[in-house]
Amino acid sequence: MSDVLKVPTMAEFMAQGKQPEVLFWVGCAGSFDDRAKKITKAFVKLLNNAGVEFAVLGTEESCTGDPAKRAGNEFLFQMQAATNIEVLNAYEVQKIVTACPHCFNTINNEYPQLGGNYEVMHHTQFLKTLLNDGRLKVEGGKFKGKKITFHDPCYLGRANGEYEAPRDLLRKLEVELVEMKRCKTNGLCCGAGGAQMFKEPEAGTKDINVARTEEAVGTGASIVATGCPFCNTMMTDGVKHGEKEGAVEVMDVAEMIANASEL
Amino acid sequence: MQYIPNILFFILLVAGVGYFAKNIRTVIRNIKLGTPVNAGGHKKERYGNVARIALGQSKLIKRPISGALHAVVYVGFIIINIEVLEIIIDGLLGTHRIFAFLGGFYDFLIGSFEILAFLVLVAVVVFWIRRNVIKIKRFLSPEMEGWPKQDGNIILYFEVVLMCLFLIMNGSDYALQQIGAAHYVEAGSYPISSLFSGIFEGLTESSLVIIERTAWWLHITGILIFLNYLYFSKHLHILLAFPNVYFGSITPKGQFKNNQAVTKEVKMMMDPSADPFAAPPADAPEPAKFGASDVMDLSQVQLLNAYTCTECGRCTSECPANQTGKKLSPRKIMMDTRDRLQEVSKNIDSNDGVFIPDGKELLKDYISPEELWACTTCNACVEACPISIDPLSIIMDMRQYLVMEQSAAPNELNVTMTNIENNGAPWPFNQMDRLNWSKE
Repeated sequence: MSDVLKVPTMAEFMAQGKQPEVLFWVGCAGSFDDRAKKITKAFVKLLNNAGVEFAVLGTEESCTGDPAKRAGNEFLFQMQAATNIEVLNAYEVQKIVTACPHCFNTINNEYPQLGGNYEVMHHTQFLKTLLNDGRLKVEGGKFKGKKITFHDPCYLGRANGEYEAPRDLLRKLEVELVEMKRCKTNGLCCGAGGAQMFKEPEAGTKDINVARTEEAVGTGASIVATGCPFCNTMMTDGVKHGEKEGAVEVMDVAEMIANASEL
Repeated sequence: MQYIPNILFFILLVAGVGYFAKNIRTVIRNIKLGTPVNAGGHKKERYGNVARIALGQSKLIKRPISGALHAVVYVGFIIINIEVLEIIIDGLLGTHRIFAFLGGFYDFLIGSFEILAFLVLVAVVVFWIRRNVIKIKRFLSPEMEGWPKQDGNIILYFEVVLMCLFLIMNGSDYALQQIGAAHYVEAGSYPISSLFSGIFEGLTESSLVIIERTAWWLHITGILIFLNYLYFSKHLHILLAFPNVYFGSITPKGQFKNNQAVTKEVKMMMDPSADPFAAPPADAPEPAKFGASDVMDLSQVQLLNAYTCTECGRCTSECPANQTGKKLSPRKIMMDTRDRLQEVSKNIDSNDGVFIPDGKELLKDYISPEELWACTTCNACVEACPISIDPLSIIMDMRQYLVMEQSAAPNELNVTMTNIENNGAPWPFNQMDRLNWSKE
């Protein structure tokens, strides 16, 4: 695989005295989680294919601090932020794209006051600009006509008001987009946010991811599309819980586009 | 003797408005117990929000049935208050229907007040049925038991009584006008009260006057009692919704405020020239408390939020944690905050204006850590609130206190945070392996 994936680092760019077009912030899930790594690779394939000159921080990247902040550890969050901002500013980074809505939200909204000012985009927004500029071709391929529902990640949707970029991409895939009853501003959380991903839920009658997956499966969609590695994990677990692995697949929008073009 | 009613009315008005003003001053004092908020600038955007969200009720209508019913009561409330203005002038001057000189326009005004009063009655009856017969789920949460449930019904009873008195007052007035009673000028149109004018038939002029005057006095007295009830009720939202929306957040919902006290500490830690062994100067203020454990640690806007909450429960019904049976209810967070603030207020009142610690706090005595840890920070509650209340910010401030002051995070989160601290990821992976995916 490594011969097809071109993943230059910021350090390499700097050594050549160049600046990339955009920094791809991979995030912890995208770097370490086996499922999320597939999303990362799919997105890189799309970037390579569109001829985008991007770079990653690689081993110089560190957690944005989102889970620490949402868990109440503001101190750890600000330490992480200070370190990351120092690295980003040293490389004179202007533009950042990330496939994680949590990284997107934190860098875009919470870093500026701490000295980190960048243009930050979620990967679905970035892919849409590539599409508009004619650098990326999105075709239906194997998804054409398939029933697909989109689960809004809280930190992309409600938190930052982006509901259309991922849906526009899905429409380009010529899928039959079906909405869940609770979508867009009313979207139901997958249950991972606020550092819930890293702990057991409090006592209750049901797990949130199970409730959300039931709603998604209830639309009759064969694919649940999303744009967040954590939503992906939660929904995949929900599908397994409902023993629907054969019938329903959880995919990132970037994976679908890469898949449709057989990249 | 001739001026006794005028004097009585004046006393009633001064007492009613005066006691209300006193309580509003208490509300303002209590809100100022919170930390100051810099809400300067962005005036255009803020007034835009007031016009759209508060005046325009743009978020209420997202639930069409309750939204439409609320719109009727809201419009009725505002419009019928024009009538109150006439009643006050009449009461003070001893006149009767002083605006009658407006002629056709007056007919139109009174006619529309009557229709609105009738619609308000219908809406209020439907509201009562929703709360007490259909038992809509969001009115049945545990935090609604007892006083909150009663409060909701009392408000509805008030409105029924006030609207009925208004219609009886008009109906008897209309009957008096028909028989050409002195002092009762022929003015106004009475599309609703004329429908039941039959009940006044055959009554003598003096009985009609007694009915009209009784309804008139009870109506204005009822309004003044209702005004004073607000302070003790969730119904304060009819006034506070407007400033609350004005001061509501205008940044993206995902942007949680950065704790300035922490920024200072982090800057000092990262400053290579700072002397790590330096003792603080003798006159240094007490170090800042991280996060919130009581109402005084919350911001003034958060406390205003608490007074503004009308316990509609849209936040709780949208909350993923609450929907899946967890203890967390964003509405309860707001109700607890107000209850604790009122407790602090009484403490201050009975201790000559100074708060004497009472061994209680908002955290643990009102809100349990279990509730706080169930939140996914998904912002559904913030989105759902029709008047821009932010329960999430209170949850986050209290989590900060639990973690940074008490080291009381759930153990799995402590592990997560240690991982972030040691290797820059929430999982125990080596930072040096961060690019391995590209070679797999």
